[in-house]
Amino acid sequence: MNTEEIFKILKTEFENEILELQTLPVEPIIIVDPKAICKIGLFLRDTTGLEFDSLMCLSGVDDANGEKKLAADGSTVISSGTLSVVYHLHSININHKMTLKVSTSRELPEVESVESVWKCADWHEREAFDMFGIVFLHHPNLIRILMPYDWEAGYPLRKDYKNPEFYQGMKVPY
Amino acid sequence: MSLLDTEFSDGNIVIAKADDLLNWARLSSLWQLGFGLACCAIEMMATSASHYDFDRFGVIPRPSPRQADVIIMSGTVTLKMALRIKRLYEQMPDPKYIISMGSCSNCGGPYWEHGYHVLKGVDRIVPVDVYVPGCPPRPEALLEGLLKLQEKIRNESMVKKTA
Repeated sequence: MNTEEIFKILKTEFENEILELQTLPVEPIIIVDPKAICKIGLFLRDTTGLEFDSLMCLSGVDDANGEKKLAADGSTVISSGTLSVVYHLHSININHKMTLKVSTSRELPEVESVESVWKCADWHEREAFDMFGIVFLHHPNLIRILMPYDWEAGYPLRKDYKNPEFYQGMKVPY
Repeated sequence: MSLLDTEFSDGNIVIAKADDLLNWARLSSLWQLGFGLACCAIEMMATSASHYDFDRFGVIPRPSPRQADVIIMSGTVTLKMALRIKRLYEQMPDPKYIISMGSCSNCGGPYWEHGYHVLKGVDRIVPVDVYVPGCPPRPEALLEGLLKLQEKIRNESMVKKTA
């Protein structure tokens, strides 16, 4: 089943929470409401004919589409705009794939966790939290996974991230 | 080649300085901490394996820092790992030596500019005796590094630790 057909099924099931079908520039992406991603995921997993039993990848994205300002030290600070999470799904039984995307505000990035639908989302969501600061609501253990637990300098993969001078007494820049 | 490595034909007595004896004993059985950080660790393991045979220099991997004489920093030192490395080094008994293997642990390597998580050189937290360049260094280069370390130890004295 291709993404256009899946989009029609989802549109009839979740009227207002399915926002848009984006077909450009690379692959068709269904954009949905970040607060509804969990129940949409459950529907995609458990409906006969869809059976998306595998979450291949969950990625955080900094869209960097907000207002960019130059700070006094030459670094860029981004305000407003969005952060996104992209879900790549695969059905092992039917062997078809699809892509979901949610966008959330940069100031209060909150997305519903899909850990209860696909267990592998646990660490993926912790990584997206670690690197972008996206908060996954109802995640059982949302702590940093790659950076040290006491890392206070922010979220490294955000486009306006600034590395600290020191960490635990060690100089960080070259 | 020190005095103790040469062959003696006249009887069973060897006369040597205590320094020479201790240095010879130390450099001939450098037990390394069984410890790898990244891709350099693969080369280090290849050096330990039969083809390059680290064991012929008396280098045996030990599972505990309490039994180790040398620690080979084989790979990228992340900030998170740096704290653990410092603790491992402090747990080793004196005399202890460090070989920094590969660009990453020498100076940050390819992560020198954009590696937000990488310590730019392990010598920022622990004293390094020998730096082995390469990305990763070939086993021959690591062996050369070990021979350099042995050379350093050979010239140590009990009064002053130089290596």
